[in-house]
Amino acid sequence: MSESGGIQDLTMREAFYVAVEDWMARDETAVVVLADISAAAFARVNLRFPGRVLNVGIREQAAIGVAAGLSLEGYRPLVHTYAPFLIERPFEMVKDDLFHQGLTATLVSIGASYDEPAYGRTHQCPEDIALLDSLGTSEIFIPGHPEEVGPLLFRAVSGSSVSYVRLSTAQNSLAHRCYGPKMVTIKQGKRAVVVAVGPMLDSVLRAGRGLDVTILYTTTIRPFDAIALRSAAEFSTDVVIVEPYLAGSSIPVVEHALRDVPHRILGLGVHDRDLHRYGTREEHDRAQGLDVEGIAASIRAFLGM
Amino acid sequence: MVPMPRKVIKGSPPFGYRDLIHLIELMRGDEKHDVSAYSTLDVLWVLYDSVLNVEPSTVDDPMRDRLFISKGHGPMALYAVLAAKGFIATEDLPLYGAFRSPLGWHPDRLRIPGVEISSGSLGHGLAIAIGSLYALALRCPSPPRSYCLMGDGELDEGSVHEAIALASRLRMGILTAIVIDNHSASHGWPGGIASRFDVEGWHTTTVSGRDHDQLRAALRNAGIDAKGAPHAVICEVV
Repeated sequence: MSESGGIQDLTMREAFYVAVEDWMARDETAVVVLADISAAAFARVNLRFPGRVLNVGIREQAAIGVAAGLSLEGYRPLVHTYAPFLIERPFEMVKDDLFHQGLTATLVSIGASYDEPAYGRTHQCPEDIALLDSLGTSEIFIPGHPEEVGPLLFRAVSGSSVSYVRLSTAQNSLAHRCYGPKMVTIKQGKRAVVVAVGPMLDSVLRAGRGLDVTILYTTTIRPFDAIALRSAAEFSTDVVIVEPYLAGSSIPVVEHALRDVPHRILGLGVHDRDLHRYGTREEHDRAQGLDVEGIAASIRAFLGM
Repeated sequence: MVPMPRKVIKGSPPFGYRDLIHLIELMRGDEKHDVSAYSTLDVLWVLYDSVLNVEPSTVDDPMRDRLFISKGHGPMALYAVLAAKGFIATEDLPLYGAFRSPLGWHPDRLRIPGVEISSGSLGHGLAIAIGSLYALALRCPSPPRSYCLMGDGELDEGSVHEAIALASRLRMGILTAIVIDNHSASHGWPGGIASRFDVEGWHTTTVSGRDHDQLRAALRNAGIDAKGAPHAVICEVV
């Protein structure tokens, strides 16, 4: 995607639109199901591929059910809306209509944990990954840069079960081209292993300055790259995982990766789900301890520094 | 404990309508009930006997008619009809609800040939039927017909109303909702079930859910509106 030019100037959401059009051109079974969100942005795609963008209106339960019906008939549905209305509101439809029926679908959210906090709690969804984990979602993608969106989306729509792509307005300054489950080693050290998930990398890198720690970067949190973590844990089995959603969401997979060796885990992420505060994403990062200073303080305390 | 069959069904499928009660007895392990205890039995019989273009050899045929059973409760009637028509083995019936049985208290599409969706939780089937029909219409100019079997109590679920509105807006003239109305909704539906579909632009027909001739006529005449209005057949079973 990056060679085609222009992607680096797009937001993740815009890169997603480009990638979807590309996918629809390649796969005639591709169908996008919308619930009003992004409907205007998909108008042109709908003209190019008549009938293959279906906006059901503000009916998220129906959106998941319709996706299940499409999948039953051999189409590949992609359902896209704001995170709480994609995962939380129709959660039982995700469970019964998609997972229990054994069907294939890709869910793509915007809004993340608190991309637009001025909208308030109803538009915040730090719980999405934990909820999808509870259903056994085996493919969860957290791009950290618009350039990573296209390749991860193609991976998501190539899977054989339910996959999830979590888009955000938070992003790293550079694309690290982490396009699959293999974690990328950003720097090496001996005191601890710090895993930065998606858009958390920039802050983690700054927080790690002057610390003798390994920093791993991933955009694919399920399946989790246990092999890379074990390999990185050669010098220290103190592991910090920094996630842009509910704190500790990935502790079980880290725990599983290190189950046969003594280890310590610190899971950083959103811990206070409902601050009753508006403002900006940066202010919420600070309040959750997910800004550079907060992450640095947590890592130093964990390492007894 | 697995209930043992008291009665042996002689012969092999297909069986007739009069045999259904014996097939149900194989599941129940007793002989106390008559067919009137099963609100969906007559409509399912009419569907499989003379409406749906599907048989055991065509359960994977893309052009088969689809029946989405949204009301998954009380599936003995379904299993009896499926056994009568040879979709499932009568030997499986006595294992109804057992751990190793394919036949649960709600049907599982991954365990039973010819069952389009796994159901149980109310309010899911109609939206899935819409998605299926939408896909079929993308693929072929004259897609097979789709039926969705629901109950009146199921209309309590808000998700059903999302789907009722959506089917009409998407002009799904070959979709038929079949609502078994045994007046089980706690708070009722003033004005009748049909009015909830009517206001969204559906055709509606109300018939006796026990009268095979009425059911057959209503179901055969439904789902054929070229202008795109879907059809609701309300089956009164009081």
